Amino acid sequence: MSSPSTPAAPGALARFFDGDVWFSFKSSPTAIVAAVIAFVCVFCSVFAPWVAPHNPFDLATIDLSDARLPPAWVEGGNSKFLLGTDDQGRDILSALMYGARISLGVGLASVVLSLIVGVGLGLLSGFAGGSVDAFIMRVCDVMLSFPSILVALLIDGVGRAIFPNAHDTLAFGVLIIAISLTGWVQYARTVRGSTLVERNKEYVQAARVIGVAPLRIMVRHVLPNVLGPVLVLATIQVAAAILTEATLSFLGVGVPPTSPSLGTLIRIGNDFLFSGEWWITIFPGVMLVLIALSVNLLGDWLRDALNPRLR
Amino acid sequence: MTMPVPLLEVRHLRVEFPTRRGTLLALDDISFTIAPGEVLGVVGESGAGKSLTGAAIIGLLEPPGRIAGGEILLEGRRIDNLPYEQLRAIRGRQIGAIFQDPLTSLNPLYTIGRQLIETIRTHLPVSEDEARARAIRLLQETGIPAAEARIDQYPHQFSGGMRQRVVIALALAAEPKLIVADEPTTALDVSIQAQIIALLKRLCKDHGAAVMLVTHDMGVIAETCDRVAVLYAGRVAEIGPVHDVIHRPSHPYTQGLMGSIPAMDEERERLLQIDGSMPRLNAIPDGCAFHPRCSVAVARCRSERPDLMDAGTTRAACWRVPERK
Amino acid sequence: MLVFVLRRLAQAVIVMMAVAFIAFMLFQYVGDPVTSLLGQDATQEQRTQLRKDLGLDDPFPVQFATFIGNAARGEFGLSLRQGRKVSTLIAERFPATLELSLMAATIALMVGIPAGVYAALRRGRFGAQLMMTLSLLGVSLPTFLIGILLILVFAVSFKMLPSFGRGDTVALGAWTTGFLTADGWKHLVLPAITLSVFQLALIMRLVRSEMLEVLRADYIKFARARGLQNRAVYFGHALKNTLVPVITITGLQLGSLIAFAIITETVFQWPGMGFLFIQAVQFADIPVMAAYLCLIALIFVIVNLVVDLLYFAVDPRLRIEKSAAGH
Repeated sequence: MSSPSTPAAPGALARFFDGDVWFSFKSSPTAIVAAVIAFVCVFCSVFAPWVAPHNPFDLATIDLSDARLPPAWVEGGNSKFLLGTDDQGRDILSALMYGARISLGVGLASVVLSLIVGVGLGLLSGFAGGSVDAFIMRVCDVMLSFPSILVALLIDGVGRAIFPNAHDTLAFGVLIIAISLTGWVQYARTVRGSTLVERNKEYVQAARVIGVAPLRIMVRHVLPNVLGPVLVLATIQVAAAILTEATLSFLGVGVPPTSPSLGTLIRIGNDFLFSGEWWITIFPGVMLVLIALSVNLLGDWLRDALNPRLR
Repeated sequence: MTMPVPLLEVRHLRVEFPTRRGTLLALDDISFTIAPGEVLGVVGESGAGKSLTGAAIIGLLEPPGRIAGGEILLEGRRIDNLPYEQLRAIRGRQIGAIFQDPLTSLNPLYTIGRQLIETIRTHLPVSEDEARARAIRLLQETGIPAAEARIDQYPHQFSGGMRQRVVIALALAAEPKLIVADEPTTALDVSIQAQIIALLKRLCKDHGAAVMLVTHDMGVIAETCDRVAVLYAGRVAEIGPVHDVIHRPSHPYTQGLMGSIPAMDEERERLLQIDGSMPRLNAIPDGCAFHPRCSVAVARCRSERPDLMDAGTTRAACWRVPERK
Repeated sequence: MLVFVLRRLAQAVIVMMAVAFIAFMLFQYVGDPVTSLLGQDATQEQRTQLRKDLGLDDPFPVQFATFIGNAARGEFGLSLRQGRKVSTLIAERFPATLELSLMAATIALMVGIPAGVYAALRRGRFGAQLMMTLSLLGVSLPTFLIGILLILVFAVSFKMLPSFGRGDTVALGAWTTGFLTADGWKHLVLPAITLSVFQLALIMRLVRSEMLEVLRADYIKFARARGLQNRAVYFGHALKNTLVPVITITGLQLGSLIAFAIITETVFQWPGMGFLFIQAVQFADIPVMAAYLCLIALIFVIVNLVVDLLYFAVDPRLRIEKSAAGH
């Protein structure tokens, strides 16, 4: 006997645009502005090779005589290099876009990884209960009491010690794992909480009696109920992940120097701060903040929009 | 015959909730009075507007809800349009309130003594010691044993019924003239409900306070109240002395309500049930709100909304009432 | 209550054990313990001898026990990078980090809590909205960028404040303090502000959201129904109930300040443990990393314990047993 299946929600997209969430979005100017900014940043970074005016990593196009040019609107600037150049003659604007690409890539990858681990462990913990649950929660407690930066640094340092001459991809892998390990706990706890609530509801118990596999129950029934808070968390975590990556790169233990992220750019530019060439470090900083801020704003708005009590 | 000035008079009260899908009218032209020392029951299903009426009277309507029309008068003075500070002075001192859940009504971090003394000294110019003595007396009146010792305990050290006694003491602490009790026993064990209701009635009588008792429990109404107002869909369906409303209801809704209560001394095969359910706020029918479910509805009921009409000792909002006289 | 304290102590021990285990694994299998202790230039003979002395051929539990014993005494061997004893290095740097963290914690609390309360009470007004936006900015700006910006404005453009180092310090026994000299304070300002911003924003948002939550509670409604004045309702009832859960989280945050100091110390070249740690990570200097890890864990565990005890002191529901007397 096949188990009963619910028909797909008719016109789900249409319902979304009629729903409270979209209304809340339309009536919140900050959310709209944030979404636009985020979209522009993401667009520029994803399509950097096509959108950027120059390719700062193509050695053939770099000319040392263009080095240390200030932004175009300052005296001495060159309109070809809108935001100025660094000490090697690379265009800052283009470096920004490529750098954002790396930053966003690492950030998103880490969040996806921590989502999978966190949600998975949360479901497991909530559903299995007993000693499995207790153990996972203890691990969460221990991990929570450690600041993320420390965890990330440790893993990175250990990775460095184990693989002293790491291949670039490996370095990225270690970095992504390091950052994702700082975030999964939140998901696990939230999902576990929801799982516990759902688990005791009658329809889950009924499904178990019929003999539906626990995994299927978890995925089909519990997961949709949890998506709201998880989505909010994920948005905020993206910003946090990007900032963590930037910090690690700034400290010199993040992405490999051949693929500089925004953090790396800031670090490089820091050396020129005192000689007055502020643009080399400030513009990557501004880009970083724009991305983080817009994502955070979206996360904030999303949390309020999905919170039924505040409507 | 001149009527004495009622303690509380509610005239044509309207409470609305602006939402993004339009404005919902939660209370639509509610009028009633409460005489000094009287116990008025306000009964109705969930969603009929009983709690909102109480909230509007003490001025604690939760935004976005707001009073959209009508007047509330306390001893002849309007209180619904007072600025916050004046309304605050009235709360506790003239009108007290009791809410449903005694567990969450008390601040868990302060002793009940502190909460009592604070309330007393906010409204009455007494010293700390005097306030404490009053507080202990109040606790004793509400039947809390060893009040002198227990006054320094925390809420979580009391059982549910005891806590509600503390809440009653708190509501009476500043000697108000009216107590609005919103479902005071719903959260309590059945075995304690009777005790608490009896206590409430007795204490209010002793202190000379009138009571507006909001509940969905007709049994409590029958035992405790002098008069009762039956609410339906944000309107008053019937209002009158308790005995008359219960035993000789005039409004079809009230008749249905009374008929659905099992009686010890009658033999009946089935409980009477009113078909359908109370309409939602955004789907209130034209004319009489009850007409879709009413067995004696006529054409007029569907188009014109009835006012409260005399039906002997009670008044009912029904077009069929004048015919029966 | 005694049971509670014992239980927390037991938990603390478990956490320390876990951390020690990780540190031990680092030591044994990632780094080379022999090299750590003897330095890079030891001869083969010395190595073999040391292996025997260290009992590196002993069974695992014995080695672990020895490690714990050493760790408890603060003995972590030599830094791979500098060749000096790890314990000495850390002891030298500790006061700098602690003073910086304490300063930052004070700023974060003294500004964050009132700001959060204000933002909750004046919700919807312009001032509160502005604060919320600023706080969002505070969590969107990475600490190192804040440091760079502050340096740019105050050290480079206006040349008002120094941008690196600790300035003049005074030695008090084993401790060196920057609190006793004007120069020390001048050097402390920018790093302390930098370090405090993130925590400040976090605390402010937390206090605000907790307070909003509390203001929705029934006992607040009942307090208003009793005609209590706004001052009593907000600062008597609401504030106290808000701060109780805030204590735990704030305590944890402040514990993590010490770790966050890593970044600030790097930007300002503040001679603290964090800076040491970064250099260790860059160099894969395992003994220093392991030692730092254990020390941070210890600090955390102590802070957690203190916070739990505070919670106990403040919330009567935990202190006093529930009594089921009477109806």
